[in-house]
Amino acid sequence: MASDRDPVGHGRMLRKEDPRFLQGKGRFVDDMQVPDMLHLAILRAPLAHARIVNIDISAAQAHPSVQLVVTGTMLAGRGLAWMPTLTDDVQAVLATDKVRFQGQEVAFVVARDRYAARDALELIDVEYDPLPAVVSIRTALDPDAPVVRDDLPGRVDNRCFDWEAGDAAAADAVFARAEVVVAQEMVYPRVHPAPLETCAAVADYDPTEQTLTVWVTSQAPHAHRTLYAQLIGVPEHKVRVISPDIGGGFGNKVPIYPGYVCAIVASQLVGRPVKWSEDRYENLVSTAFARDYVMHGEIAATRQGRILGVRATVLADHGAFNAVAVPTKFPAGFFGVFTGSYDIEVAHCRVSAVYTNKAPGGVAYACSFRITEAVYLIERLVDCLAAELSLDPVVLRQRNLLRPEQFPHGTPTGWVYDSGDYPATLAEALRIAGYEELRREQARRREHGELMGIGVSFFTEAVGAGPRRHMDIKGLAMADGSELVVHPTGTAELRVSCQSQGQGHETTFAQIVAEQLGIAPAQVQVVHGDTDRTPYGLGTYGSRSTAVSGAAAALVSRQVREQARVLAAAMLEVSPTDLSWVKGSFHVTGDSAAVVTIGQIAAFAYGPGLPEGMEGGLRAQLTYDPPQLTNPYGAYICVVDVDPQTAVVTVRRFIAVDDCGVRINPMIVEGQIHGGLTDGIGMALMQMIAFDELGNCLGGSFMDYLLPTALEVPDWETGYTITPSPHHPLGAKGVGESATVGSPAAVVNAVVDALRPIGVRHLDMPMTPSRVWEAMTGQGQPPF
Amino acid sequence: MRVRMTVNGEQVSGDVEARLLLVHFLRDHLRLTGTHWGCDTSNCGACAVWLDGEPVKSCTVLTVMADGHDVRTVEGLARGGELDPVQQGFMACHGVQCGFCTPGMLMTARALLDRNPNPSEHEIREAISGQVCRCTGYASIVRAIQWAADAGRAP
Repeated sequence: MASDRDPVGHGRMLRKEDPRFLQGKGRFVDDMQVPDMLHLAILRAPLAHARIVNIDISAAQAHPSVQLVVTGTMLAGRGLAWMPTLTDDVQAVLATDKVRFQGQEVAFVVARDRYAARDALELIDVEYDPLPAVVSIRTALDPDAPVVRDDLPGRVDNRCFDWEAGDAAAADAVFARAEVVVAQEMVYPRVHPAPLETCAAVADYDPTEQTLTVWVTSQAPHAHRTLYAQLIGVPEHKVRVISPDIGGGFGNKVPIYPGYVCAIVASQLVGRPVKWSEDRYENLVSTAFARDYVMHGEIAATRQGRILGVRATVLADHGAFNAVAVPTKFPAGFFGVFTGSYDIEVAHCRVSAVYTNKAPGGVAYACSFRITEAVYLIERLVDCLAAELSLDPVVLRQRNLLRPEQFPHGTPTGWVYDSGDYPATLAEALRIAGYEELRREQARRREHGELMGIGVSFFTEAVGAGPRRHMDIKGLAMADGSELVVHPTGTAELRVSCQSQGQGHETTFAQIVAEQLGIAPAQVQVVHGDTDRTPYGLGTYGSRSTAVSGAAAALVSRQVREQARVLAAAMLEVSPTDLSWVKGSFHVTGDSAAVVTIGQIAAFAYGPGLPEGMEGGLRAQLTYDPPQLTNPYGAYICVVDVDPQTAVVTVRRFIAVDDCGVRINPMIVEGQIHGGLTDGIGMALMQMIAFDELGNCLGGSFMDYLLPTALEVPDWETGYTITPSPHHPLGAKGVGESATVGSPAAVVNAVVDALRPIGVRHLDMPMTPSRVWEAMTGQGQPPF
Repeated sequence: MRVRMTVNGEQVSGDVEARLLLVHFLRDHLRLTGTHWGCDTSNCGACAVWLDGEPVKSCTVLTVMADGHDVRTVEGLARGGELDPVQQGFMACHGVQCGFCTPGMLMTARALLDRNPNPSEHEIREAISGQVCRCTGYASIVRAIQWAADAGRAP
């Protein structure tokens, strides 16, 4: 691997995309202005559960700026009132029979400007017949609970699906004879990814050519193209999806939302481009939430701290429609990795998912398909066990972590971890933290009544989905294409199916090609986010870009290099096997003066001197089907202080040692980790989408749904180990979600550790001052 | 209503509704789309611009309130074709990921450094605490502003 300062290939390199963002020249969907464009606004349900009695749109239609008003009944006439979700369910585009969550789409207006469109929404008169709402996940399956999904034939309850993994009988046997069993119920509350850019689309249907172009906030433009074509009935070859600069995704921009479909239908109906751009309230109350798992976990061990088994029973709230984005075979995502990073003999879990009168979604927000929940469960259980055994939580982890010689490791729930040296990574985190000294400091502070806590978590991720035979969404396999063209002048264009929402693909992928071809990254243009210009693939989520598309980019570069070898052989009049590759050029083995560079080869490839039988040009295309998932992992240590007077938690230090295999651009990798750590602190301390008993969403603005600012997070202390993935062509593993997955447990473990002297054993997120105060005193609100 | 104002040193005018927010005047009327619309409630700061030299959140300023005043946006931050040190610092220190919060962060950072050329880390964090970034975890943005402060002091 090149050194950090090597201008060619891997290493720290400033981002190619920065100049446009720094000068206000980014191109986000809402920045789009297309000639003759109209604006669409959506009327949303004020109630969580209500039958629609009547909708009167006449006053809205009479508004002078309004071009079109559409209700669910009108969409039903086109067969578009309902659409398939990304899993095996349907979701209302516009409600017809009843509304099933507050904020659900009821009607839309198309008008000449965005203000007029919203004015006209006020003129739509909807008569509702309120129904009791199913709000609590714990009562959703009660026999007398109202049925949310009475649209589904034969549906008599709110059960969405049941899923289990592991061996229940074997786990029961181990738990029955275990010396120590510790149980803990924990709630992973509903949160929202809240990318700073909300969702938006500009749909432009050309009635003459019968083509559809959609600029849309999508993390998966190719999948969107296929699904729009299937849904709307425009042939797929006439649909172009463009996902330009995206202002953060975090999984929130994987699904297809009713607003996108409304914009497309509206453009078809009026024959003009239509923009839909939601506001923050709409984003928070209607688009994909994350988590909402109530988990009952148990861990069995010997008195010496050898973990024997783990089992869990989970209630999952999927909201009004099951709109999760997970591979088809995995309805609860990859929750099955809940044995974590440990050598555990048996495991069993059962997940029961329910419908409620809340927004649909269920899996988004940098979770690697539910691994966030799984890691939180096992890392809290391990800490509970450590407390029970009066063992240091680090010591307990050290006794049970998988050892390097155990890889590849098959888990009791059927997962295979590819590689790792867990003890070394934990040791590095302890070294950076100065763990022993921290424990001594804690003991001193406790003598003075100070509440200092130290929390540890160790996580293992499973990212980079496919392989295609196991992983698909709606029959679209998780494999990704890559195409590389070297132009006559020696510059290159890489076209990839993944899509950046801030991860810096234009830089990292240019570096991958540069490393393989021996040219400067500045000479590589990365094309992404436009289905007309890129090969097919499933897009960017689940930390899969470097793991899948990065592999595709490396392999396609190597194919081009082998073509270049054949061309070089013709140029130098030797056999291809007589050539040696030195970054950027081929020379005759043993004669370094007989050399041709990639640039010379490219000129030759398009020139008149090609030998008979050679096709000419220098390009290749392939689709990468990952042989298995990659397993980035890490050790995190969080140090907190809890104010005994106000119950405010301050994160004083956060140490993160990540192993994501080979790092293409360490600067970008670090940035990904920093962002995820902030998410972890946000979820642990403040973020929650709450509802009242009527199903009113209490988190509909940034005044109510709190996000960390620069004042709530510390300066990050990061480190790394590198255990290359054995099956990825570059040894990379992916990193985008690691820190979000691994950090919440460290924060919670730290706060519980701080409060242990006053008898606190567990605390649910978010650990707001009032919750911490209640845990400290057994009383409600703190005195301020 | 007829409004006239200076935006990035140029005289502009327009006929606007009294309720039109400054962020929409900038974005939709003047097509200065570097200023972003993030939350509607003055919490996220993606819409921060300068009004008479002071950072304001343009999602909660009416266009008519800027009538006769001086507005500066991220498009006016570079001078004479050269990026402002805060822009350079954000590049050098990886203060940009998705780029959506960046314009507001830059305007706030420049205002801070104009008032306080040598801010402490805490002063920087406090200055940008009205801005939300969902990608960077803030540390690189803090370093970027420190970088710009150092560059500003260089001989």
